[in-house]
Amino acid sequence: MGVIKAVNDVSFSVSEGETLGLVGESGCGKSVTALSLMRLVPSPPGRIVDGKILFQGSDLLEMSEQEMRNVRGRQIGMIFQEPMTSLNPVLSIGRQLREPLELHLGMTKQQALKKSTELLELVGIPDPETRLNSFPHQISGGQRQRVMIAMALSCEPSLLIADEATTALDVTIQAQILEIIKDLTDRIGTAVIIITHNLGVVARYADTVNVMYAGRIRETGSSDQVYKNPKHPYTVGLLNSVPTLDVDADVRLEPIRGEIPNLANLPEGCAFRDRCDFAVEKCKTSDPDLIELYDGHLGACWEHENIKRVIPGVTV
Amino acid sequence: MLGAREYQASNSGSDRLTVTTTNSNTSGVETGAQAPLLEVRDLKVHFPVKEGFIIQREVGQIKAVDGVNLHVRPGETLGLVGESGSGKTTVGRAILKLEEPTAGQIVLNGEDISDWKGTRLREARRHLGMVFQDPFGSLNPRMSAGNLVGEPLKIHGLTDSKSEYRRRVAELMNLVGLNPQMAGRYPHEFSGGQRQRIGVARALASKPDVMVLDEPVSALDVSIQAQVINLIKDLQDQFGLAYIFIAHDLSVVRNISDRVAVMYLGKIVETGARDELYNNPKHPYTQALLSAVPTADPVLERTRNRIVLEGDIPSPLNPPSGCVFRTRCPVATEECSEILPELQNIEGTHSAACINGDWYNRTPQTAGADSSSAP
Repeated sequence: MGVIKAVNDVSFSVSEGETLGLVGESGCGKSVTALSLMRLVPSPPGRIVDGKILFQGSDLLEMSEQEMRNVRGRQIGMIFQEPMTSLNPVLSIGRQLREPLELHLGMTKQQALKKSTELLELVGIPDPETRLNSFPHQISGGQRQRVMIAMALSCEPSLLIADEATTALDVTIQAQILEIIKDLTDRIGTAVIIITHNLGVVARYADTVNVMYAGRIRETGSSDQVYKNPKHPYTVGLLNSVPTLDVDADVRLEPIRGEIPNLANLPEGCAFRDRCDFAVEKCKTSDPDLIELYDGHLGACWEHENIKRVIPGVTV
Repeated sequence: MLGAREYQASNSGSDRLTVTTTNSNTSGVETGAQAPLLEVRDLKVHFPVKEGFIIQREVGQIKAVDGVNLHVRPGETLGLVGESGSGKTTVGRAILKLEEPTAGQIVLNGEDISDWKGTRLREARRHLGMVFQDPFGSLNPRMSAGNLVGEPLKIHGLTDSKSEYRRRVAELMNLVGLNPQMAGRYPHEFSGGQRQRIGVARALASKPDVMVLDEPVSALDVSIQAQVINLIKDLQDQFGLAYIFIAHDLSVVRNISDRVAVMYLGKIVETGARDELYNNPKHPYTQALLSAVPTADPVLERTRNRIVLEGDIPSPLNPPSGCVFRTRCPVATEECSEILPELQNIEGTHSAACINGDWYNRTPQTAGADSSSAP
């Protein structure tokens, strides 16, 4: 028995119209972070033990369930990873699209239907009128995810959380979905939090990138800073372990050794030290804080001065 | 002739040259040192679609694989890429005869195994290994890791004694980087990466010549993905295995393959040596696929021009006439709905199937065209 600190001491902020990337592998706490923002962490067993979630100045954690309902879907939209399971299988697409419109915006059924058709058209679903009568199992994965986007953005929220929104999709569909999200949020001025394990996805769209590992943010910075000049060995490891199309194809990948640690039984000191090539004596005893290294680039590593990414096969 | 490959597998460290000579000496069909180990000729896998409750009528066919040719040589990796629904997995399964081919030949070591059954098929399967995508669903949860790895040894009767069996299991586990002391544990006690290692060890147990790897890393975390990719590459170097690597991730395929075939709706639309295909993609689908792959470089990403394809892959139940890609193709013309493009050679091993390509020769189809059609 024990307590799993799925998310531990995580702070970040998103401004209006900004896109924030939250990157990390499974079990690092990125989805729990997102669910906490919406107060959707199942309780029990989950508890938000400390902290504040300030949304437009007010703390979401202190709101009543009733007030929270007006935030979810109205002011904060969310797209989940599984387009198959996050839509209700027994309700038609139209019925599900209408729901937030009628509930939050007080539209009549006719108005909501008209708006739903427009929304489906906006996300690129052909023949929207007939599609409104379809059920989720009758459309493809990419289309389901488009319906999710239409739903999440229907009330023009000020914040959109996309939790692995494109992970289950093929690359060509992934590209479509990401472009749609970008276009629409630009138009409404919505801030976006993109949660993903794919470093490539965030590179194109995110202004700021947070790298999470074992429940904590280990590095934060503008995407240029984080990708060009990573200051945490985990970020370096992540970047070097994905094959990319623009480096020499015969270069051997450099995986991070070992496995992701068990969150119930984290070692003392830095959680990454067992997998780290830069670990020193100090890492065994104390976990480094996230400190500002230089203008807006934060890192949590004792050895950050020695960390440099050498791109295999590329000589500058 | 199947026995010919045993030599190579049992001599784990032997170099490739000796191996191929043995191969060509014994199999009369193949000539030259680099004869293909496995060849798939005009493979078709069609699934009937039935309607009705008691009296079932066939109302159509899903052409999951429709005329695929490919081959792989010893020590070589063929990457098979495509989106979901392109038929790449069905090709892999048909090679192992896990799916009954509707037409076509599967030639292993010079022998057509496509209509083999029973003991004969089991014997042939010993030379074929398969690693499945889902490390959670593909291992029997009630079998210990040791028994999972050792099961093929029992099925094919490859070990004579219990001690020999245990030694082989330990050896296989070591080979894939698992501690043999974990042999008594059950699948749920392992992480995804470790489970996939069990899957690889199990596939290796019968000393196969050809391994079909169906999305072996797509379910794994990125840092673990790289470990498994490196393992797969090392095993190939060590045993001279031929791989058919099925994946949707183009960057992973580029890293591991020697040659690549791109599939779309049951057909190969482009194939060639890795660098030819990646540096100079000719088919509009390959071009779009490559441009859709995100890279971890923000500067490059923002400036890059992306070809965003519209719509989804069409239903294989009712594929478009002519070129199957035309409904999403940015350069499609009227003719594309009439002419079925065939895979034509561009240069070297590079071929693609697009009638709008400047290399494409429309000789037989264009009836109304002038006499310049015959080269």
